[in-house]
Amino acid sequence: MIKNISNLGDAAVYCDFGLEVNETVNSNVIDYFNHLRHLVNQKKIQGINNLTPSYNKLIISFDLSVTNFSKLKKIIENLNIKKSIKKNNQKIKIPVCCDNKYGLDFDRLSSKLNLSKEEILNFFFDKEYFCYMTGFIAGMPFFGDLNEKIRFDRLETPRIKVPEGSVGITEQFTNIYTFESPGGWNIIGNTPKAVFQKLNLQDPALIKPGDKVSFYQISKEEHLKFND
Amino acid sequence: MTDTHFEILRSGINTTIQDAGRNHLYHIGITLSGAIDQRNYKLANNLVDNQLTEALIEFAYQGPLLKLKNGKINFAITGDIFFNIIRNNSKIEEGKCYQNYILNDGEQIDIISTKKSVYGYLSVSGGFKLEETWGSYSINTKAQIGPNDGKKYSINEKIFIKKSHIKNIKDKKINYKDSFDKIIRVIKGTNFDYFSNEAKIKFFNEDYLVTRLVDRMGMRLKGPNLKNIVNTNIKSEGLIKGTIQIPADGNPIILLSDHGTIGGYPKIAIVISADLDKVGQLTPGTKIKFQEVSLADAEKLFKNYLEKTNKYLNEYN
Repeated sequence: MIKNISNLGDAAVYCDFGLEVNETVNSNVIDYFNHLRHLVNQKKIQGINNLTPSYNKLIISFDLSVTNFSKLKKIIENLNIKKSIKKNNQKIKIPVCCDNKYGLDFDRLSSKLNLSKEEILNFFFDKEYFCYMTGFIAGMPFFGDLNEKIRFDRLETPRIKVPEGSVGITEQFTNIYTFESPGGWNIIGNTPKAVFQKLNLQDPALIKPGDKVSFYQISKEEHLKFND
Repeated sequence: MTDTHFEILRSGINTTIQDAGRNHLYHIGITLSGAIDQRNYKLANNLVDNQLTEALIEFAYQGPLLKLKNGKINFAITGDIFFNIIRNNSKIEEGKCYQNYILNDGEQIDIISTKKSVYGYLSVSGGFKLEETWGSYSINTKAQIGPNDGKKYSINEKIFIKKSHIKNIKDKKINYKDSFDKIIRVIKGTNFDYFSNEAKIKFFNEDYLVTRLVDRMGMRLKGPNLKNIVNTNIKSEGLIKGTIQIPADGNPIILLSDHGTIGGYPKIAIVISADLDKVGQLTPGTKIKFQEVSLADAEKLFKNYLEKTNKYLNEYN
């Protein structure tokens, strides 16, 4: 449930679901998101511009010339959220090549975590992940939770350019860089699969909050030929 | 014979198409985009009798040199801009912002530079011939979305113009001048209490310098270091235009129209809606101060901002 609703500036509502990060809290955020999105699409609420669900927050930005914080707060407080009206439960498989050409941070991770590259990869591939949110850059999914043995901090100095397709890990999370972008996550591999397809206008983001994803390892050759 | 178009003889530093912005896609990481200075965007459209939501050309610092081909247009430029019109008889006419001009086939617009601001806007009667992506014509260069394959314009490219009647065009002029006020009004952010008392006092009392690290995504400031006493990272969450984040190095970043949709730096404050145009136009080297206002005051100030915008828009109607 929402623990607190406050204003973020004068044109956004900040719905706080607490500090915990787990599937239960996040599913609750996504339920609110889906419910509100439905109302916006049906034009039953005026003035909402964007809804941004994340691990444990939902931010609703709006057009201040149409509505305001107190009006929207009242609407949100009186919503009757049905659990999972339309639950995203796609299962998606993502190929990843972990050759050292793509896995840029194995040396750092091996020494810090005291694990060999093989051990890190065994822990990484041996799990199905839950998509908490997408964003930062177009279509970038954030998954959790990593095995506790392979959790580690971000790079002290972020990279100016992380290559497109890179698979990163940090803390309990893993992500995919859908575009070349600055970034501070530990890079363990690269996927040739297009996770964001701008030409697919109806549905450009392959992975959405609430989806389940599993990764499987491919060779350098398979990576090269994947899109042939 | 090809349609009426601009041929780009010089691209300028960051010449793109922008409009009111692209909404309803933050949840998949697609940001707002849109004109950084929404008031000047609307005024530009108003001067050539377009719908206020028509897409136009936004440029930054040095603008483009454009040659008109196969037609005659009515155009206007808004902002604080130094530009010339190169007529067919080679005569150079110094251009004035906030008024409309007729440009004949073969004539050129040379947008030399902005003066005390960063962005300017070029509108043409009838608008440009472009394809819409997700409800907007804005170019988002990061995700490569929008017209021109989502890229800023380069030399020798063409920008096509829709057919419009330019008979009986009336001269229009808006008596507008940007204020260039250096006080940025903000509402405290959700992580305001992450900062020491000393940092909170400094934030509202000392000058901040706009650095060279400015683009359509955001603006890095330099000033008194702000000590975070709780955590320099938060769990990533949604962002909006105008958010002021404080990363671990203690220097503020103000997010602008192409900002990342989520992020994990604490939010010390949010620029009020009435001051967003002003913030976007701040040039590197400018010193600014932050001033706290309440939500109720911010809402009133936005109403004033809209009324003032409408007053200029109605000047010639």
